[in-house]
Amino acid sequence: MEKSIFKYILRYSARQQINLTILAAISFPFVYAFYELPKLIINKAIQVNPEDFPRPFELFGIDFGALGVPEVGQLPWLFSLCALFLVLVLINQGFKYVINVYKGLTGERMLRRLRYDLYGRVLRFPKSTFRNMSQGEIIPMITAEVEPLGGFIGDAYSQPSFQGGQLLVILGFLFAQDWRMATAAVALYPLQLYIIPKLQKRVNLLGKERVRLVRQLSDRIGETVNGVEDIHVHDTSRRERAEFARRLGTIFTVRYKIYRQKFVIKFINNFIQQLGPFFFYSIGGYLAIKGQLEVGTLVAAITAHKDLAAPWKELLNYYQQQADARIKYEVVVSQFEPVGLLDAEMQEQEPETDVALVGDAALVNVKLYDDQETAVVDGANLKFSLAERIALVGPPGSGREDLAMLLARLVTPSAGSITVGGADLAKAPEAIIGRRMSYVGAGGFVFAATVGDNLYYGLRHKQLRANIDEAAAQEHDAATSEARAAGNSVDDMRAEWTDYAGAGTDGPDALAIRALDVLDMVELTSDVYQFGLRGSIDPKSEPQIAQAVLRARMRLRERLDADETAGHLVERFDRALYNANATVGENLVFGNPVGDAFNMDRLGENAYVLEILEKAGLTEKALQTGHQIAATMVELFADLPPDHEFFQQFSFISSEDLPVYQAILGRVGKDHLDQLKPDERARIISLTFLLIPARHRLGIMTEEFQGQILEARKMFAENMPENLRGAIEFYESENYIAASNLQDNILFGKVSYGEAEAASRVGQLLSDVIAETDLRETVVRVGLNFHVGIGGTRLTPAQRQKLILARSLIKRPDLMIVADGLSSVDPATLARIVERVVEEFRGRSLVWLVQLAELAARFDRVVVMRSGKIVKSGTFEELNGSGDGLANLIEDKA
Amino acid sequence: MSLNEEVELLRNVPLFANLEPSKLKLLAFTSERLTFRKDQDLCTEGDMGDAAFIIIEGECDVLISTAGGAMTSVAKAKKHDFVGEIAILCDVPRTATVRALRDVTVLRISKELFFRLVREFPEMAVQIMRELAARVERTNSQLARALGRASN
Repeated sequence: MEKSIFKYILRYSARQQINLTILAAISFPFVYAFYELPKLIINKAIQVNPEDFPRPFELFGIDFGALGVPEVGQLPWLFSLCALFLVLVLINQGFKYVINVYKGLTGERMLRRLRYDLYGRVLRFPKSTFRNMSQGEIIPMITAEVEPLGGFIGDAYSQPSFQGGQLLVILGFLFAQDWRMATAAVALYPLQLYIIPKLQKRVNLLGKERVRLVRQLSDRIGETVNGVEDIHVHDTSRRERAEFARRLGTIFTVRYKIYRQKFVIKFINNFIQQLGPFFFYSIGGYLAIKGQLEVGTLVAAITAHKDLAAPWKELLNYYQQQADARIKYEVVVSQFEPVGLLDAEMQEQEPETDVALVGDAALVNVKLYDDQETAVVDGANLKFSLAERIALVGPPGSGREDLAMLLARLVTPSAGSITVGGADLAKAPEAIIGRRMSYVGAGGFVFAATVGDNLYYGLRHKQLRANIDEAAAQEHDAATSEARAAGNSVDDMRAEWTDYAGAGTDGPDALAIRALDVLDMVELTSDVYQFGLRGSIDPKSEPQIAQAVLRARMRLRERLDADETAGHLVERFDRALYNANATVGENLVFGNPVGDAFNMDRLGENAYVLEILEKAGLTEKALQTGHQIAATMVELFADLPPDHEFFQQFSFISSEDLPVYQAILGRVGKDHLDQLKPDERARIISLTFLLIPARHRLGIMTEEFQGQILEARKMFAENMPENLRGAIEFYESENYIAASNLQDNILFGKVSYGEAEAASRVGQLLSDVIAETDLRETVVRVGLNFHVGIGGTRLTPAQRQKLILARSLIKRPDLMIVADGLSSVDPATLARIVERVVEEFRGRSLVWLVQLAELAARFDRVVVMRSGKIVKSGTFEELNGSGDGLANLIEDKA
Repeated sequence: MSLNEEVELLRNVPLFANLEPSKLKLLAFTSERLTFRKDQDLCTEGDMGDAAFIIIEGECDVLISTAGGAMTSVAKAKKHDFVGEIAILCDVPRTATVRALRDVTVLRISKELFFRLVREFPEMAVQIMRELAARVERTNSQLARALGRASN
């Protein structure tokens, strides 16, 4: 990257900068005219003997009389000139507007380019850079630190030419009037030019320091976030606070110093500026008194000095800004030029054809030194066919992980060469490394997206064709010219990126089937199936799935009806019946809320619900019930400690709210419910709506009350006001409930509370029904839409690792390296996965770092590493038979 | 059946007879009331246990497997009996299978809740010791009778 910001600006925005300068130059005559005109108004229209009029109109040396314009009187003279003045004001402001907007455009475009370039460099950083540079440093550099540069870039060349030009124009005007006065007005400028940069330099250094300190601060915050567990575990929050306070203190000191120095500069600047008038008044005044100078000339000089002040100040400001921007740019850019930065070509080069890697892989005398200059891989030599499946074994510290990373080009060898299928890894583009090869290691990452996105991540190398959705494609095209102007990527994120052919399939459906195969291979299918049960679909865009789910609902109903013992397991939704396993609120609403109009936890606050209660004559009963629930909860939970888990598991009332209810109960007895305040009524009624009679067994849900709720259910549905229509999706046995998940759609009811093992028996029934109706695949596909959370936190560690392995499998690499990325998978499962993956890679190459000797038996060849060298290589039988057996070779018995 | 009736019922279980009513109410509220259908197992011999049961209604067979693999009934459990506590007390697998002879209603008390009660109410611990000792005594005499029959 360009070392200086001015070079960077010139390289990428020379045309804009020239345009800006030309615009500034064109504006100068108008500025000059604008300064000239007031003088003309006074000299030629106001302070002229009225008897001289009418006379021919002339302006800026053009005689309009000669052009045939008739002579005019004094007032027309005045108003014509004033009108011209107004026109000039408009023109000058117009120029300012255009120049400023164009500057903004240039600056923002360059800022976009700069950020894109920096991010592009992060993508090309060698792995080792991230050991010395943390997220906390990189993020603010690309986001906050370069932000002010955008503002400066627009000004970089135009501001000095524009303001400098204006200064020259005014100066020219002054010299034209009286050269002595003009000289006097600028007499002190050299002094400012000498002093200000000196002072500014100190501020710049402090500014640099401040940037560094703030970067460290954000790094520190990042560390706190990552280490928060240990802070709690070891009670070190006080120390962390002290540390943070110390850093804030340092930043405060630096910032305060900057303020002081900045205002010192301002002080000196203003002082020198005011020295001008001081000299004019004193020396000029003295000369005037002595009669050596006319008073008029003196006044003119003072006015001229004032006029010069504005552009001069802007120029000095610009000087400060450019110093600041230059440093910021240099500081940031120097951080983005680490040793070993990957060549941009290697990442961006697109091969003409996608050729499979065939033949052999060979490591010749490969060495790798770590930070302490120790050879972790020390002259490794290995040759294997790209149809061979290899178990790489060795004791910890033997360099096997490093060898695996070398083979995946995550690190580059310090010496020696690695070739895979004839391609030299040191020079191979990522298009080969990342498509024909794959690597699974401890650093595998799950992105904050769906399971499917994560699974297909390794198939999305490039945009394959334009978006099929034409409106979206046009929207993208409209934005590309600007992206191109900023040197950004013009690929369409929302177009088709998934390389179906790369996975050996011909389209989305075939890929989904392949995905199921791969999920089976890593034993993730049943997990994804569970996600699918809890997942939802849009019945409008996928009506066939909705239909299938409704069929499953019918089938489940038949099963439940046919089997006497199973009949009690699910209490189905039936408009005519009260559902004892659902809450009172669910019974009233009898549907799924859509949007935020109805909050099931706080139904007592909903005006429409209250209105229905009133109409049904249920308000009193709801209050009594709520009061009774509150009384029971207070009785049961009052003497438990507030953090007791029972609160979360069993109570209607959280421990924080319990005192509130205690107070309400203390004040209002059950016979004086009319004394409740409106918000208390809402709270109490909300409690009633949370009651599940079958679960809570409080004995307060009488049949009469249930009947009344059924009445109210009817009114609730029938009287729904216009604005709430659609806020509830009512339960209808023939309708798919879009706001609900697949499982609840199939169940269409509540699992009974009182039945032993209901949950697992219902799960089994569901699974049977789903199998019978051929829905299992669909459910798994819906499960692929499950969002895994930031960093995959909604998955277990084992699920994450399996997903990362599956991601590599689905792209069918010619060579896959698996290093220590499956530590959370239990040994029995791991053994089964190894067996399947080895089988899958028949005819392709697999290098797997296995820890257990018995796993190595499944591979074509076993390679043993020790102390950075490859010491043995052969079939499992050969190595296991000789001497101590393979287990001893793996363990460090040397 | 409401919570208050369950409390009445718990009061009739020797183990809980001495607990304060408010604690009994909490016990009732936080335990699950479940119905096991005829031939369903409350617990299965050899499984790890995570709960004990108080029988509210119905009758169960307590079965243990013999050397030949057949299941032999060693006792009956009926209303007010407390079963399944050994596995959660000693962290051993279930020592017997408890099978419903007809529809059985129970209160299921989780291990965690049970320990909390034992810790907080020592009289309950004593009650459990008595119960267990009585059972050992009963088993011994059954064994003696069985041996006597065998030698005849």
